[in-house]
Amino acid sequence: MHRFANPARFMRLSAALLPWCAWSAALLIAVGLVLALFIAPADYQQGEAVRIMYVHVPAAWMASFVYAVMAAASGASLVWRHPLADIAARSAAPLGAGFTLVCLVAGSLWGEPMWGTWWVWDARLTSVLVLFFLYLGYIALVNAFDEPTRGSRAGAVLAVVGVVNLPIIKFSVDWWNTLHQPASVFRLGGPTIAPSMLWPLLIMAVGFMLLFFTLLLVRMRTALIAAKVRALQLLASDDTARPTPRARHATLDPAR
Amino acid sequence: MTAAIAKYLAMGGYARYVWPAYGVAVVVLGGLVLESIIAYRRRRAELARLERGRPLR
Repeated sequence: MHRFANPARFMRLSAALLPWCAWSAALLIAVGLVLALFIAPADYQQGEAVRIMYVHVPAAWMASFVYAVMAAASGASLVWRHPLADIAARSAAPLGAGFTLVCLVAGSLWGEPMWGTWWVWDARLTSVLVLFFLYLGYIALVNAFDEPTRGSRAGAVLAVVGVVNLPIIKFSVDWWNTLHQPASVFRLGGPTIAPSMLWPLLIMAVGFMLLFFTLLLVRMRTALIAAKVRALQLLASDDTARPTPRARHATLDPAR
Repeated sequence: MTAAIAKYLAMGGYARYVWPAYGVAVVVLGGLVLESIIAYRRRRAELARLERGRPLR
């Protein structure tokens, strides 16, 4: 990992990787949408409403996965103090919040016709709402400090502690009596969903995953370029105003 | 033809649940794509200007 943690090497590697990630994400999501909206059959119980699944379920998987990535990067940034790990965590957060929002809204739109309610405070729905607030809290926290490294440190601790929520989300449907159904894809004994519905679902999920990595790379590159811009601006202001710092010191500290 | 399209769009009576669900995904994920690309381009332009040695703003 450390070999790729060099910012210059990251810029080179990500530039090579980006077009592949972006185009395969676009392709898979396009194919997934066609399968989900036109090819996949209606459910014998849910009718056409089952098509909400192809948005809701991949978004839900990504909501947890992105958090795991963010927490792992935060852990690495706490242990090794490497700026790239920190940038990765900061870049992942808005993406995770986005997937979680999509999951919650699509889930609510699915709940109303199928359960008769938009929302219920059962363990699964509540723990995913907590996940959404963890993302928002993290974003607010890392931006709350004048000194970026302090914000990152505080955010990293929050992200790592918040990891306890992930197993709660996963197993909430088994541990508690939830209105939300238990897992039907990643379960012991294999999926309990027809292949004609499983394939569109998996293709959408891989498409979402590639979209996440594409945007993560773009945002990390943006952050690295921004850091370079800041460094150059500091350098420029130093060159143009060389006498000022000393003059300011003189007025602040008359004894000198 | 138009009847078939209307029937499809009606989603068996679930149109007002199915289409907003896809809509929110398009708006949120599309928004993240746009925001990421715009911020990236802006930073890159800033860096290019600085490296050419012209002052910012």
